Amino acid sequence: MQTKLTVNGEAQTVEHDPRATLLDTLRDGLGLSGTKKGCDHGQCGACTVLLDGERVNSCLCLTAMHDGQEVTTIEGIGSPDKLSALQKAFVEKDGYQCGYCTPGQIMSATALLQEMQKGQASYVSDDLEVPKLTDDEMAERMSGNLCRCSAYPLIREAIAMVADQENEGAQA
Amino acid sequence: MRDDFSETTHFKMDKAQPRLLDNTGQGIVGAPLDRPDGPLKVSGTAPYAADVLPTGCLHGVLVRATISRGKVTAVDKGSLAGVEGVVDVITDPRMIRNPAQGMAGEAPVQTGDEVHYHGQPIALVVAESFETARDAAHRLKVTYEAEDGVAVTPDTAEQEVGDPDTAGDFNAAYDGAAVKVDLDYFSPSHVAAPMEPHAAVAEWTGNQLVLRSALQMVRFNKLEVADSLGISPDAVRILAPYVGGGFGSKLGIGPEAIAACIAAQKLGRPVRVVMSRQTVFDSVLRRSETAQRVRLGATKDGRIVALSHDDRVSNIQGEGFAEPVSQASQFLYGADGLSFQQTVARPAMTPSGSVRAPGEAVGMIAFEAAVDELAEKLGMDPLELRLKNIPDTHPMDGRPYSARRLADCLNDGAERFGWADRKMRREGDWLIGMGMASAARTNMLIESAARVRLTGTGAIVETDMTDIGTGTYAILGQIAAEMLGLSVEQVEVRLGDSDLPGASGSGGSFGASSAGSAVFMAAKTLREELAKRLGCEADDLTLSGGIARGGNVEKSLADLVDSEMVAEATIEGGKTAKESFSAGFGAHFAEVAVNEWTGEVRVRRMLGVMAMGRILNEKTARSQALGGMVWGLGSALHEEMMNDTRDGHVVTRDLANYHVASHLDVPRDMKVVFLEERDDEANPIQSKGIGELGISGAGAAILNAIAHATGKRVRTIPALPDRVIEAMES
Repeated sequence: MQTKLTVNGEAQTVEHDPRATLLDTLRDGLGLSGTKKGCDHGQCGACTVLLDGERVNSCLCLTAMHDGQEVTTIEGIGSPDKLSALQKAFVEKDGYQCGYCTPGQIMSATALLQEMQKGQASYVSDDLEVPKLTDDEMAERMSGNLCRCSAYPLIREAIAMVADQENEGAQA
Repeated sequence: MRDDFSETTHFKMDKAQPRLLDNTGQGIVGAPLDRPDGPLKVSGTAPYAADVLPTGCLHGVLVRATISRGKVTAVDKGSLAGVEGVVDVITDPRMIRNPAQGMAGEAPVQTGDEVHYHGQPIALVVAESFETARDAAHRLKVTYEAEDGVAVTPDTAEQEVGDPDTAGDFNAAYDGAAVKVDLDYFSPSHVAAPMEPHAAVAEWTGNQLVLRSALQMVRFNKLEVADSLGISPDAVRILAPYVGGGFGSKLGIGPEAIAACIAAQKLGRPVRVVMSRQTVFDSVLRRSETAQRVRLGATKDGRIVALSHDDRVSNIQGEGFAEPVSQASQFLYGADGLSFQQTVARPAMTPSGSVRAPGEAVGMIAFEAAVDELAEKLGMDPLELRLKNIPDTHPMDGRPYSARRLADCLNDGAERFGWADRKMRREGDWLIGMGMASAARTNMLIESAARVRLTGTGAIVETDMTDIGTGTYAILGQIAAEMLGLSVEQVEVRLGDSDLPGASGSGGSFGASSAGSAVFMAAKTLREELAKRLGCEADDLTLSGGIARGGNVEKSLADLVDSEMVAEATIEGGKTAKESFSAGFGAHFAEVAVNEWTGEVRVRRMLGVMAMGRILNEKTARSQALGGMVWGLGSALHEEMMNDTRDGHVVTRDLANYHVASHLDVPRDMKVVFLEERDDEANPIQSKGIGELGISGAGAAILNAIAHATGKRVRTIPALPDRVIEAMES
């Protein structure tokens, strides 16, 4: 069957098995193998992508159910010679080791910063009107992304660094 | 390009080596440089095994046995009639029961139609699409002849009792000791669970096989593939440039790889087989559960006189590996009498093997908790007890230690962590406590080869060594750059290709030191040749910024190298390992909060102070150490594999039921401190293993902190809330 998707800004019509997940369609159908499969059950977050701007586990999405929607993958965030601020921060802080969960961590962190900008509170926010990006807030919002190498403290350092840069930029 | 120099050398570590890297003067080795592979990893462009899908590739899904032991009597291909897109169902006597053990270099057990454990891969369904293969694998009808009365738990299975390793007379020393503890501990099976599931893409061109797979030890894996398939190693090429974590689980060739090879050859098309996460749990080697008994006897003033650490672990029949639980207990502290006895049970369960720091990871949790209990009984500060019992020489064989800064790590850590102010306190419902433990992990040098090619403008490092997240790309480039007077940007590192010189592979924390030493020795050969060409002694040569200086002469590398100079070096362990004992040492500190009503434990902060020889890259070393400490946290508090006691099958076979630590479990305040050290006996770059020292003892520090907070001991890990409450109510 066919589904129309806009992937990283490009309109695509993909031919796929009706049972195909968005994850497998991205990886095998479109050759976007930056999105990783760690569990195929929505338990690890390695397959995180943005669907119409919201983060989802692409392994839990059936491609057929997302006709006409917009998908952003890690390839749409930056390339090796043109990295996003978060991607750079992960390199600088060593917020990874094997790198396999990294695209998912970065997609989640990208969405997290946007959620904060929109003032969306979480279960651990002290102030539901104007949530602050504390370390607890980051830990809560990133806990859907497992990292067995356990770079967690450094991943959060990287996110905090970018959040600080953005704040400084906003204040300047 | 024609080589203008080519030399192959073989070096044996027979005596302590001079510290050349302290005199090369570039400041590159040790510096906290970013990984060169970083931009590829953060942009999703680093190619892992399953990321490269060749044209016409078929998809295979493994089918697992659903009996504990017996025979497959029929695999009914007819049951898939009408499932469009199914290409074949592969059953083959060459398929393997489980992954090879680390450094096996030969085929693991091949069972034919026999089933040895519930979850064993028994067939491969191959289809045009992944969706069809997965569907068909579920539909495939398999009939069995199941054996009755199969023992599927360690307690009910046959027990092989080993002879104890001893020094002195333990029984006499223990009988005569003034203060004693005799304690039992239990740890469940653990899994490595790297984020990348085991994966393979096999492609044949005539009789030549190219296998892309997630593997840690390419040199050995190549032999394992060849032996499993019954072909010459020359016909096998393995590619593993990026590996999504290993932690021991990818040391040996796996069932998915052999099945992919067989299917691809039979069908004449490339085949990709990626294990489902559940299959990874079922059929990849687990860390054995352990039952441990620690007996310690001491004089009233805290000198340990008797020390015994016995254990019972399990593995399936036919596997030689047994979790070396008491490994660190045998060299950490001295005593007049020591005794270590191991029993191996043989249940029909998923086979066991190496998982990060086999032995120390779980052995030290029990042992270092027992040392704390002894301190309590003695009324002594646990730190002081440890400092008091550091032996002069190896307690079992009298070898001198090489570099060992255990006491410095303990003291330094205590100072930094505020150990002197240790006081159990309360914050509302939370009980706060502090704990500590020693860290120790054996250090090894494994035969390793590397080639360094130097041109006038840069160098290329080539070895089949892998980077499983450990930072190999970074450190090998740093060593070559440091030695050859280049910047790291001028050095390209090529890894994970079996056509390149064979390295140790990544395992046992020996990869960086072994492969790094091979690169060092190859670069040293090049330095000697450059000195000759410059007309100076090698000792007088300085290489920096692409310029060679020596004996009042100065020339650019471009002037000294006509086309390309090539040096290949192999290093292996020698007499120093027999004449001295090398291990990494350290100290772990943890502060926890225990909820007095729910039993929940939150780790507030951790500190690891470690001395592990020369640090090759301060940034990647820190990451390794931190990762290990989080594993310690995970095993102390969360990780528990559960098996059904009726048929042995893994119940917790995914990441929702087997709990690895997540962001919320890990505090931001995780500190790692490296004490300056050089281990001259270890290898010519004076480094030691890192990734496993971080875990060794870390869990014990947490258990000891729980005891400090609550006044009660949890001796079955993980310290889940129910166990903590049970202890608090006892």
